[in-house]
Amino acid sequence: MSIDGKLFGESFRDPALAQSLVRQIKGHATQPMRLMEVCGTHTMAIFRHGIRALLPPTIALLSGPGCPVCVTDQQEIDGFIALAQRDDVIITTFGDLLRVPGTYTSLQKEKAEGADVRVVYSAMDAVQLAQAHADKTVVFLGVGFETTAPTIAAAILMAQQLGLENFCVNCAHKTVPTALAALVANPAIRIDGFLLPGHVSVIIGMNAYDDFFQKHHTPCAVAGFEPLDILQGIAALARQITSHRPALENSYGRAVTDQGNAKARAVMAQVFEPCDARWRGIGTISGSGLAIRPELARFDAARRFKIAVVEMKPPKGCACGEILIGAKTPLECPLFRKRCTPMDPVGPCMVSSEGTCAAYYRYHS
Amino acid sequence: MGNTKILLDHGSGGKMAHQLTTEVLLPLFDNPMLAMLHDGAVFEVNKGRLAFSTDSYVVDPIFFPGGDIGDLAVNGTVNDLAMCGAVPRYLSMGLILEEGLPIDDLRRILTSARKALDQAGVQLITGDTKVVPRGAADKIFINTTGIGVVPARVKISADGARPGDKIILSGTMADHGIAVLTQREGLRFESEVISDTAPLNHMVQAILALTRAVHVLRDPTRGGVGTALNEIALQSKVGMVIEEEKLPVTPAVAGICELLGFDPLYLANEGKLLCFVPARHAKAVLSIIQQSPCGRNACIIGQVVADHPGRVIMQTRIGGQRIVDMLSGEQLPRIC
Repeated sequence: MSIDGKLFGESFRDPALAQSLVRQIKGHATQPMRLMEVCGTHTMAIFRHGIRALLPPTIALLSGPGCPVCVTDQQEIDGFIALAQRDDVIITTFGDLLRVPGTYTSLQKEKAEGADVRVVYSAMDAVQLAQAHADKTVVFLGVGFETTAPTIAAAILMAQQLGLENFCVNCAHKTVPTALAALVANPAIRIDGFLLPGHVSVIIGMNAYDDFFQKHHTPCAVAGFEPLDILQGIAALARQITSHRPALENSYGRAVTDQGNAKARAVMAQVFEPCDARWRGIGTISGSGLAIRPELARFDAARRFKIAVVEMKPPKGCACGEILIGAKTPLECPLFRKRCTPMDPVGPCMVSSEGTCAAYYRYHS
Repeated sequence: MGNTKILLDHGSGGKMAHQLTTEVLLPLFDNPMLAMLHDGAVFEVNKGRLAFSTDSYVVDPIFFPGGDIGDLAVNGTVNDLAMCGAVPRYLSMGLILEEGLPIDDLRRILTSARKALDQAGVQLITGDTKVVPRGAADKIFINTTGIGVVPARVKISADGARPGDKIILSGTMADHGIAVLTQREGLRFESEVISDTAPLNHMVQAILALTRAVHVLRDPTRGGVGTALNEIALQSKVGMVIEEEKLPVTPAVAGICELLGFDPLYLANEGKLLCFVPARHAKAVLSIIQQSPCGRNACIIGQVVADHPGRVIMQTRIGGQRIVDMLSGEQLPRIC
């Protein structure tokens, strides 16, 4: 991809090495197997690099609930939008959330109607914005997994240090390991192995999956996002499944350790505590969310603004819920490519750059 | 002129407007047709076909590494004419200025517009200036309209791609998109990426001097190479196969794209063209393009096929395949 010099990632896209991993996978995958890539970035990378075309027909790749925007419950999205409609609030968010439809409207549409909604690239930008706009309350929409949670925790600590009264976070963070157990417990889906997310695992470390693995013995491989990383992870899973030797395997050793990132985990623990969280498509999973600790309550938008949102039904026909748990593919959704397109999305999986439906729409023939 | 900023009076049509025209605009775009300050320009035309194109420029920020809204507004319309196979001749320029715009900024923008005109060999022969109250526009908007002459036997259109055509891209992708992006509020970071804004008419004339068998020319601006290829595939009712490994991207742009989750295939270029030619002419055309100063990194990125009409397929580096779709919506940074 570059005209001169090699990018760091380039050595992980070597065609000859890729072919050799594909041969390994074909050797192992002698029986049908259903592998779930939990992370939305994996889903996109698998499509972008054309990996599906390389795999034997015995391997079915299911996309999991790993797109943070997609698993955010509709009620929470409606809550974000209700906040945006207030005159005394500046909403700050990562770009992905902007177009996600709530029950009636989206942040993008509200922005066009005059709501002050700003896309930022870091939660620290939101803190700066709060310093510059003392007359407004700057609310950051905290959506994401353990990858983004530490930076948002750091932003809250920064705001505390600065003595900022007008900054808070609407916290809808979720954690990955707890969701895995909910997925294997669901009788509607059969998962033979998990391709676990690389970025999340950099933060939480391999040890964070121990409880899940000891209990369920589902084959697991943590993988990075370059084509060779992904192929290596798939090869590991195929080997474990065929040999009936499930393992918790680290196929991303250059970035993921057993302990994870101690500093990031400490910051998270200082600011957040586990809470029950609602996942679109899955329902409430005990202890799978992150809430702001009571001693930092003034930075918690949920406590500051009592926003009453009525529970609404998801749009008729939308299969996002089933797609998020791998029970359906987008091709099985009656709205896919018809009523629901990236230009006019019905469900969040079509909006987010990491959504399964968006990936199928862009890359699947 | 005593004022350092644009005032509403500068657009009044009165004395201040006259002063702005004679002291700032005319010295920069000095030519007999414009100096008439008539309601319109009058010029001779020969028998033949004309190309006619218009575009408005609202880029934010107005100054970016490698250019500004002034040269962009000239190069953009010059290139649109060039993509019709035309030799661009005349341009008009409409300025919409926001009250409070520093006159030095305006001068700087118009100076670079003038340089771009000179580089393209095109004359600005008519123009207009309006001033709107603060907040009614963002600093400066520019519209340019251009007229060019299409040589005989040149037949270039977006529905002209034929199976067997080679697809040439005249240089690296996404430089303009990334250069502008790195200057946006909230994302400012140091990088060596500069916009590729440049006139392509000389390159096109060199290609057409070599062969008139060119089927399609397209400058992949907004939406990038990926969107341009899809539009041509749809209009020409053909399929395309491109090779990921051949796609030229500078390491700096590739690095920033990785970091922010952008695909260079969908980011804007302002000085690049896609050229569809029958395979037998491809090597010679490629070498002519490579001799042009903004075509040094040109390469053949793929070819047109009869299969899968309307679809662009990419052979990935690792030997896989995927669809290259049109961009839908703006590219947004990823969340995790």
